Amino acid sequence: MRAVYRKELRTFFSSMVGYIFIGFVLLIAGIFITMTNFRQGYPNFEYSLGSVSMILLFVVPILTMRIFAEERHSKTDQLLYSLPISVKEIVLGKYFAALTVFAIPCAVMCVYPIIMSFYGKISFTSAYGAMVGFFLLGASLIAVGEFMSSLTESQLIAAVISFAAMLVIYMMSSLSMLIPATASASYIAFAVVILLLALLIYYMTKSYWTAFAAAAVLELILAVFYFTGSARFEGLFSKTISTLSFWSRLDNFVFGIFDVTAVVYYITVCAVFMVLTVQSVEKRRWS
Amino acid sequence: MIEVKNLTKKYGSNYAIDHLNFNVKSGHIYGFLGPNGAGKSTTMNIIAGCLAATEGTVKINGYDIYEEPIKAKRSIGYLPEFPPLYMDMTPYEYLRFVAEAKEVDRGLVDEKIEQVMQVTGITDMQDRLIKNLSKGYRQRVGIAQAMLGEPEVIILDEPTVGLDPKQIIEIRELIKSLGTNHTVILSSHILSEISAVCDYVLIISKGKLVAQDTLENLATHYTSSSTVRLLVSGDEGGLRMAVDTVKDSITDFTYGQDKDEPQYLAAEIRVPRDTDIRAQLSTALVENGCTILSMTTESLSLEDVFLMLTQDSYDDDEAASREADALPAAVSELSEDETEPDESLTYDSLLSAGYENVGLKDDESEDEADEDEEDFRDYEPDLEALEAAEAEEKAKAEAEMAARLRKREQPAETSQPRKKQDEGEYRSLFTISDDDKGEDNK
Repeated sequence: MRAVYRKELRTFFSSMVGYIFIGFVLLIAGIFITMTNFRQGYPNFEYSLGSVSMILLFVVPILTMRIFAEERHSKTDQLLYSLPISVKEIVLGKYFAALTVFAIPCAVMCVYPIIMSFYGKISFTSAYGAMVGFFLLGASLIAVGEFMSSLTESQLIAAVISFAAMLVIYMMSSLSMLIPATASASYIAFAVVILLLALLIYYMTKSYWTAFAAAAVLELILAVFYFTGSARFEGLFSKTISTLSFWSRLDNFVFGIFDVTAVVYYITVCAVFMVLTVQSVEKRRWS
Repeated sequence: MIEVKNLTKKYGSNYAIDHLNFNVKSGHIYGFLGPNGAGKSTTMNIIAGCLAATEGTVKINGYDIYEEPIKAKRSIGYLPEFPPLYMDMTPYEYLRFVAEAKEVDRGLVDEKIEQVMQVTGITDMQDRLIKNLSKGYRQRVGIAQAMLGEPEVIILDEPTVGLDPKQIIEIRELIKSLGTNHTVILSSHILSEISAVCDYVLIISKGKLVAQDTLENLATHYTSSSTVRLLVSGDEGGLRMAVDTVKDSITDFTYGQDKDEPQYLAAEIRVPRDTDIRAQLSTALVENGCTILSMTTESLSLEDVFLMLTQDSYDDDEAASREADALPAAVSELSEDETEPDESLTYDSLLSAGYENVGLKDDESEDEADEDEEDFRDYEPDLEALEAAEAEEKAKAEAEMAARLRKREQPAETSQPRKKQDEGEYRSLFTISDDDKGEDNK
């Protein structure tokens, strides 16, 4: 794993990607912090961090697009497969390398509250608490991006689908508001999501039966729940979605609360996408 | 060392490799030979753990490549068909990464890298970016990568493809020198390469292993006999009687009406190499009232053996479908105990395929038979070029020819009436070999 990690880290900085990513994050962070904290005199670092979090949507795909897509494109993945390292180590090595690149601007941003403290009273705990939330949000998005990169051998497609996926995640909570709060609407929305999930399963496994069985079982469970007590479904969909949204999870941190459930949530997301990535890379050996 | 059992890889309903079985023992250079698309790369990918098999097992030093991939992979250095190089790294950085991944001892990393760079001759290039290196040097970096970690087996997939002749020789020398410390498996579709480097050959075709032996054994086994081809004008009885006079020195005899010129008889007589029956035969033929229109001998080179073996398996499908309508055109008369049914006349078929490509359809009448031959002589360079360059592309066409020929080759269990159009084919296959091998006889 260490070999992959070091190689990957070196690749980030031998190409422009690492520098562009770090520079861009710092530029946007600098602008927001200058505007909010220095020009307007807000003492809350975490507010500006909340605004800065939006740009991760644009820069994380740039960081993650090449992780697997390029290996596949240049056929260097064959080397990785033939080396005595497991796919898990490859995926984790690459993930931690990307995480390290992301940690650099985060570390620089940790200096801002100290600078701010020269000019007024700053709550360091809420500032750094928010910083942890910000880093975890980034870590989850990198995990999503790495997974997307493992699906294709074109970096461009990897970047586009990562961006699309992150955009959906970003707008998820506002989009879910469009769905009426009635129980039946919730039920239909869940049913559609299950079908989409089945499609994804089919794409991953290329087996009609697995996808069909998964869809059938989930739809059945959903139907049983709905018909035994439809009242539970009122507004459930939008509630579920906003619980799942990455960004709304950051809100608590921005308001100065260190939300442990959010920390657990982010770490879970990372783990899930790591597992998916391992599966997706493993699968390539079978096709 | 490496045990391959029942290895199968299916893509959809197509078999990329079909129940392969072989063992690799330490201390040899193995050549994996086969035409393009025969399944060489697939097999090597599976052995190296880059691809999963549909069925079957690969064991390396007793470790199954799926069950204990890490342990198995430690004994393998693999260079895929496209060297998996990171273009933005220098050879040193690249080798360092590989050495770390192969868990070469920390303190020894630099020393080992230095060592493989020296062996592969890339020491001077170690600080240039790989993307700026020539193909030959890239290949060397790839080989250096495979050598790192001192694996017992080094697998090289077509390591000389795309190199210039000088580089090819250098890489071959390098592979030979690797053979002294490692077991090397080398794949190629070029026989001369295999025969220059390897001491054991596995010939694979259409995913099936068609032969495995040492080079010497293959050579003695398959090239021990030569074939005399005849085109005579006369009756069957005369021909048989004439051949009877040399009965003792021949191993097989088949004849039939010629394809293009049905009024003549075409015959093939197989004799042990170094036996010359031509003088005796021609006298006997004349005495029995047959006029010799042409007589040639040919013996198989290793190249022919390769082509023959690899084409045979292409026939299988077609052969099966032809079984019904193809009538044996030849009658076997003499003892067949030494005859290998596999020793078909594919070489001819190849030539005739090439021959058809030049548009030299043999549709001239019998009167021009001699002229015919002269025409061919003029085309000889063309034929040779074609043979070399288009051999693979024309595999299909050749295979078809081979199938037909093989039908003829198989001794008929029952002598059935011969079909005219069938013999017509025979003739066309025949004439080329007359021409091509004519030189050897003179």
